[in-house]
Amino acid sequence: MSGAKTAPPDSSRSARLKIWRGKSREDGGYQNYDIVFEEGESVLDALVALRRDRAPDLAVRFSCFNANVCKECTMLIDGAVHYACLAKLKPGETQIDPLPNRKLLRDLITDTLSDKEKL
Amino acid sequence: MADRRQPSSHIETDVLVAGGGGAGMFAAVSAARNGARVLLIDKNVVGRGGATIMAQMTCAAALGEEEPDSPEQHLIDTLEAGRGLCNEDLAALICENAPKRIREMEGWKVQWARQENGKIKQVIAPGHSRKRCVYVDFLKTGAAISAALRKQTSRNDAIRRLSNFSLTDLVTQDGAVIGATGFDIATGTPVSIQASATILCLGGMTKMFRRTTAPNNIAGEGLGLALRAGARIIDLEFLQFYPNGHLAPRMVGLDPTIWEPTRVKLGGRLLNGDGEEFLQNYGEGSGEQYNTTRDTLAHAMYKEVESGRGSPHGGVFLSFQHIDHQKLETALGPFLEFFDRNNIDLTKQPVEVYPITHYQMGGIKVNTNMETGVPGLYAAGEIAGGANGANRLSGNALPEAMVFGERAGDVAALHAAKMPAPGWNQASARPHMDLIESVIGQNCGQNAGDGCSPANMLGELKALMWTKVGMFRNETDLSDALAAIRAMRRIGLQNLSVSAETIQNTSVVEWFELRNGLLAIEALAVAALNRRESRGAHQRDDFPETLETYQRSQNISLKGDALLSSFAEQSR
Repeated sequence: MSGAKTAPPDSSRSARLKIWRGKSREDGGYQNYDIVFEEGESVLDALVALRRDRAPDLAVRFSCFNANVCKECTMLIDGAVHYACLAKLKPGETQIDPLPNRKLLRDLITDTLSDKEKL
Repeated sequence: MADRRQPSSHIETDVLVAGGGGAGMFAAVSAARNGARVLLIDKNVVGRGGATIMAQMTCAAALGEEEPDSPEQHLIDTLEAGRGLCNEDLAALICENAPKRIREMEGWKVQWARQENGKIKQVIAPGHSRKRCVYVDFLKTGAAISAALRKQTSRNDAIRRLSNFSLTDLVTQDGAVIGATGFDIATGTPVSIQASATILCLGGMTKMFRRTTAPNNIAGEGLGLALRAGARIIDLEFLQFYPNGHLAPRMVGLDPTIWEPTRVKLGGRLLNGDGEEFLQNYGEGSGEQYNTTRDTLAHAMYKEVESGRGSPHGGVFLSFQHIDHQKLETALGPFLEFFDRNNIDLTKQPVEVYPITHYQMGGIKVNTNMETGVPGLYAAGEIAGGANGANRLSGNALPEAMVFGERAGDVAALHAAKMPAPGWNQASARPHMDLIESVIGQNCGQNAGDGCSPANMLGELKALMWTKVGMFRNETDLSDALAAIRAMRRIGLQNLSVSAETIQNTSVVEWFELRNGLLAIEALAVAALNRRESRGAHQRDDFPETLETYQRSQNISLKGDALLSSFAEQSR
């Protein structure tokens, strides 16, 4: 794609993601990640980039990534239940927690499967 | 239920179906109604992972509800789009059986869009000579099919579903597949699965590319598994790029394929960076026509950008600015709200689009019984190669998933009934189980350090595949990519750093995606290098002509650690 006439406008902004990490509610805590993002990007965009570049062991679950059909990326964003793929990043601090009423598996992943679909 | 305190678990079933998308769910339902006990597994969630659920619009079937049509005419159109490489028997199977599967889905309460007279509505799609494509409003075709099939699988006691499960290897004995190994991702429990028949419905390899329309969880693992088990791969070099993939501005909550149905429905105009229509310069009709096949459209966009006439983010513009707001509202309904949320006002601005990885025409070589040639192993859906030749016709993927899935389940159940107790030999599964245990729960092999992570390597691969094995290819780029992929598969993979977690360790899942997926993309690079011509979705800058001598299929198999390629005899 080298033939673009002009460079995309620079709309990068910075934010701090305060992400809950751990294997149980009792044994865990927040880690802060300072990030730079482009206008319009989602929380899931940032989490995927974090896994790729800085926190490969961060547990996040998603399948479709973009279309909001798999419904797997539900988590608490600033205290409210959201799909991470729909929530837009904002400048400043954003707190990200696993869903509160489900068994915690690890980091941002909770057990959302029915028992019939588990081993 | 397995005891979670056990270090490993063993499951016996008649038919194992790997992959819970459209083909896999249909295969499970079909096998169960033919008397088999079925285990249906998915890396994510059965019915929610996979590509089917993301399909928005077209599903082709010669129902003849709008105008006279026939499976024969559907086949003619399919073969034409396939640029001389379709396996005609497989293509015919889809065309003949698609109407039956659509009617069946109707019985399962899929709400196909209707005409005013109550008949099923059918629309024209690019490359089709008839109004043939059925759909579910509003752009929910795949979601509706998935929901109906998910219900069918959950209501059937013969089908056991296992979500959040990573399949790592097929187990073979005397050349036949007798089951598989994998692990439960939530608990890290290794599992061996004994099955009389195994059906792979694991889709394509879109995860390996930077921009994709499919879910970000399909890394070509199924092809790697099949190659290791002795199956052959056919025509893998043909990878479809969806022309009007969303590029900019960043849009979330909507599939990037949204613009093609929208463009056709509303009459959107494709413009280059200078604001001029360009399709007519590539031998196509004016911008008012929407019958350009996907390969031609993608080529035209690439050439505009390459010639310096691209949009700011390196694509082209798609404009609806000539359409008044009322018409947009009527046609797009609830979707306008999504655009609003993404700060996109179609009456005031164009969006930028560019081709995006979409679908794999090639795949596991099968016959019309979905048999792979390896006893006990079947394949269905996108992962099965051949039906679509060098270029798939719009709307043929969903009927392919349903028709092939149904057939595979049917045949596999019969096979299982004939051989109810395949010889299971834990010794055959042992090396595969050992590998799982060596990667889970400990810093595997030399991986204790702070080396490259699986997520890191996947990121690298996405860039590599996008730039060197993408839409337009040449010998130098392909050779570079092949060398890089081989190095990663043989050395890099062993040196990856995987964290020592047992519970829900997504890095381990990625490690196995890489182990099997690297083999798949190596096969793709080999196939693309060997086809020294341009045809359909395989375009070589250094060999731009379509050559008669290459009107034949390319087979790839694994011998030892090497991928071997051979071209079939010219038969057509």
